[in-house]
Amino acid sequence: MSALPPYASPLQRTWFYSFRIICGLIFFFLIFPILVILPLSFNAQDFFTFTKEMLALSPEGYSFKHYNDFFTNPDWQQALTNSVLIAPVATLLATSFGTLAAIGLSQSHVPYKPAIMAVLISPMIVPLIISAAGMYFFYSRIGLQGTYWGVVLAHAALGTPFVIITVTATLVGFDRSLVRASASLGANPVTTFFKVQMPLIIPGVVSGALFAFITSFDEVVVVLFLGSAGQKTLPWQMFTGLREQISPTILAVASLMVAISIALLTVLELLRRRSERLRGLTPG
Amino acid sequence: MSDTTDGQVLTTQDGKPLKAALANALRREKLRSLMLIAPLLIFVLITFVAPIADMLFRSVENGIVADTLPKTVVVLKEWDSGSGETPDEEVYAALYDDLVVAVDNKTHTRLGSRLNYEESGISSLFRKTGRRIKRMDEAGPFKDQFLAADKKWGDVETWQVLQRYSPRLTPGYFLNSFDAHQTAEGIELKPADQRIYMFLFGRTLFLSIVITVSCLLLGYPIAYLLAALPLRTSNLLMILVLLPFWTSLLVRTSAWKVLLQQQGVINDFLVWTGLIGDASRLVMINNQTGTIIAMTHILLPFMILPLYSVMKTISPSYVRAAKSLGANDWTAFWRVYFPQSVPGIGAGAVLVFILSIGYYITPELVGGTSGIFISNRIAYHISSSLNWGLAAALGTLLLVAVLMLFIVYDRIVGIDNVKLG
Repeated sequence: MSALPPYASPLQRTWFYSFRIICGLIFFFLIFPILVILPLSFNAQDFFTFTKEMLALSPEGYSFKHYNDFFTNPDWQQALTNSVLIAPVATLLATSFGTLAAIGLSQSHVPYKPAIMAVLISPMIVPLIISAAGMYFFYSRIGLQGTYWGVVLAHAALGTPFVIITVTATLVGFDRSLVRASASLGANPVTTFFKVQMPLIIPGVVSGALFAFITSFDEVVVVLFLGSAGQKTLPWQMFTGLREQISPTILAVASLMVAISIALLTVLELLRRRSERLRGLTPG
Repeated sequence: MSDTTDGQVLTTQDGKPLKAALANALRREKLRSLMLIAPLLIFVLITFVAPIADMLFRSVENGIVADTLPKTVVVLKEWDSGSGETPDEEVYAALYDDLVVAVDNKTHTRLGSRLNYEESGISSLFRKTGRRIKRMDEAGPFKDQFLAADKKWGDVETWQVLQRYSPRLTPGYFLNSFDAHQTAEGIELKPADQRIYMFLFGRTLFLSIVITVSCLLLGYPIAYLLAALPLRTSNLLMILVLLPFWTSLLVRTSAWKVLLQQQGVINDFLVWTGLIGDASRLVMINNQTGTIIAMTHILLPFMILPLYSVMKTISPSYVRAAKSLGANDWTAFWRVYFPQSVPGIGAGAVLVFILSIGYYITPELVGGTSGIFISNRIAYHISSSLNWGLAAALGTLLLVAVLMLFIVYDRIVGIDNVKLG
């Protein structure tokens, strides 16, 4: 499929090119919605479509006014602050608990491993609306509903499965004799962990942390139920914006978030290559 | 192993039996791994599993009647609901005692709205009676005074509902979820115009299947192409799959909201090309079309990635062998390549299906009224109608469905083989 042999029949030739065109269209479907909001976010008008001036590429058609609104509007700024206050703490909790547990799970003799694994992975499987409902009921019983810590704990719980999965994957390639070697040279377990094990599994830990971060940073269902107005995050603000008075500022925010996704994707790809290199596999 | 044949026990250097020492070491190792897991396990149990358990409990919990009207519930037990007679004076006296306390604590309105889910009109009955209770004569007789306050107290049905919901556990919410209710004659389906949940479950199922199938139709060619192309090219094209995967859900939903609007980009383009007239712009949002398009786009990467990872392992030499044995392109694909890609289809389809039946945000924003899922109804009961028990029962049913699907997924892929990115 990667190349057309010279002896291909006209029918094969036609199919080869039409298949590529179909794939091209599907790729277009995948990427177009994300790309289209970038130029629209610079719209000088409050419209959600391309104006005549924009299509003519005249400078009057474009402006930074929606970005300006995002950076000056107190609602959006409050939402940004809340997101920045919640996501890193949730990530820190998820990553530290998750890494420890992943190391524990990768030992050779773990009793009740399937059951433990099922419990630890469950936040990823259960639909968010159900998690949100359960947390709303339970957290209002114990007085965490509508508080900062309620949201942070909920987000941390949702992020841990990703940390477990990524760190466990890195630990598969981890040579356990290194730990024994370090211990035989007189290092205590804590030193061994930080000086020997951690540097080798750090790519998995960081990508797990990125997953946990994006889970919290993007999460809207749980925060919608658990949070009060004081915990209004960026996705929540976008959600209300989309549902009630849709303002073009959303497109500016969306464009900024696409930029964040690109940055995260780049970091992850670099980490993947590093981890492959460490394991002696050359990146493609 | 000459030592053991001599009848001696193998020992370690310090003289302990080797077997015991090994068992000891194993136990220590198990303990150490459990200690590493324990913090997270406790954390997840408290922050996540307990809430889910709470939801399961709430779907059958019904303490409110017995808590608000403790005396009434006890004496009402003796009343024969099939007799067709209203209860005795004794029950009305107990109701008076209970309501005086309840009105002081302002809990009678909550009880009213709880029972209103089962029998409409009870909420106003309790509110009305609550206002009158202070003016009633403490000496009785109570039956007449209650009947004077509201003649619904003379209805056998009111008392039947009260008696039926006296126990602390109730199947009522689950019956409601199945569009059924308890009547004096037993469990029966609600009148046809009130049956909404089975319809909603059906629609959730139907839309999820449509979304899964469209994801498969769009994802299969892409995964095939990516697996066939040289790594360098496919890595580049993979960005086109991963970027949407990593982009915030709300960003993608807002993009579709912008694109599909009547004054949006797609309609403008179609009008500009002259395919449709300005007056006949397509309605693609706030209906099922909107939900299907947006969710297919959002879930497509979840189909492509498992498909790709399976197709990557299919050796191209099988197809080549088939062709050298005289198979044409189609036969080689259908008889040789496709069967090997079935595990990927299974994994991707189950994953997309699981994700889509629990979706909330996208249907809420682009689904209008005809494109919403059961999860939107759950959210409605939590935040608007405040019927938490029903929300919990609907959630429990959805959870059971997802868990069963997940067992299927586990059989196909194995939970340990879940890969990210």
